[in-house]
Amino acid sequence: MGFPDRIERTVEIAHPPAKVWAALTTAGGLGTWFGDKGATIDLRPGGTAQMTWTSGDQADMRIERVEEPRVFGFTWHIYGLPADDSRRTYVEFTLEPVGAGTRLTVVESGFAQLPDDAHRKAYDGNTEGWASELGDLVDYLNAA
Amino acid sequence: MPPDIEAIAEQVFVALADPTRRGILAALASGGPATATDLADRLPITRQAIAKHLNLLADAGLVTAEPGERRRVRYRLRSAPMQVAQQFLAVLARDWDGRLDALTDHLGR
Repeated sequence: MGFPDRIERTVEIAHPPAKVWAALTTAGGLGTWFGDKGATIDLRPGGTAQMTWTSGDQADMRIERVEEPRVFGFTWHIYGLPADDSRRTYVEFTLEPVGAGTRLTVVESGFAQLPDDAHRKAYDGNTEGWASELGDLVDYLNAA
Repeated sequence: MPPDIEAIAEQVFVALADPTRRGILAALASGGPATATDLADRLPITRQAIAKHLNLLADAGLVTAEPGERRRVRYRLRSAPMQVAQQFLAVLARDWDGRLDALTDHLGR
């Protein structure tokens, strides 16, 4: 059994999909229950959203799927990786009406990606580049 | 899942489980590339023990050996395996249970 690539949860919520949808896709909703210091959102595929926390943390999302009031999907950065790392996980919320309420499923996938070779080369190249740039700086100062 | 991702992460966690190796990796992360002698001066461990652990870390791909001044080998941290291990921590640290509780509370108000 490998380590999980995805996280999946389902909850039953005693409110209709339209209300749950608003909590998931508006700045007022996201900035209250998710980010505790506010949020911005440009709700369209390719749009961006940002949540902020009073701790100083911030999450930047790129919106991928907007199918009101059924499917909302975005990608975001994997916590703890450098900001220029290309790996992102995909989060998808699915809303199903159940009686007067909603069955909400969230799936986050993509934790088990390997860094792609191009990126790894670029990264290793960068660290070597930094060392050689420091060497160049020393040469430059010595010559001056 | 690619089979080698777990092997890479395991090597990182095995390395971090040992206090001496943790000290070596921490010294390379905070101070940059160093020789075994540099590390022996900074850490409460003999040079021989440092050399043994550095060889192990190099075999695991967590550090690379490179030529330094006066033909001494310097060791440099390789960040790529650490970034693979970070993904394992990320899946454990992502708190969807807490977030969905917060959503339910928010809608209940």
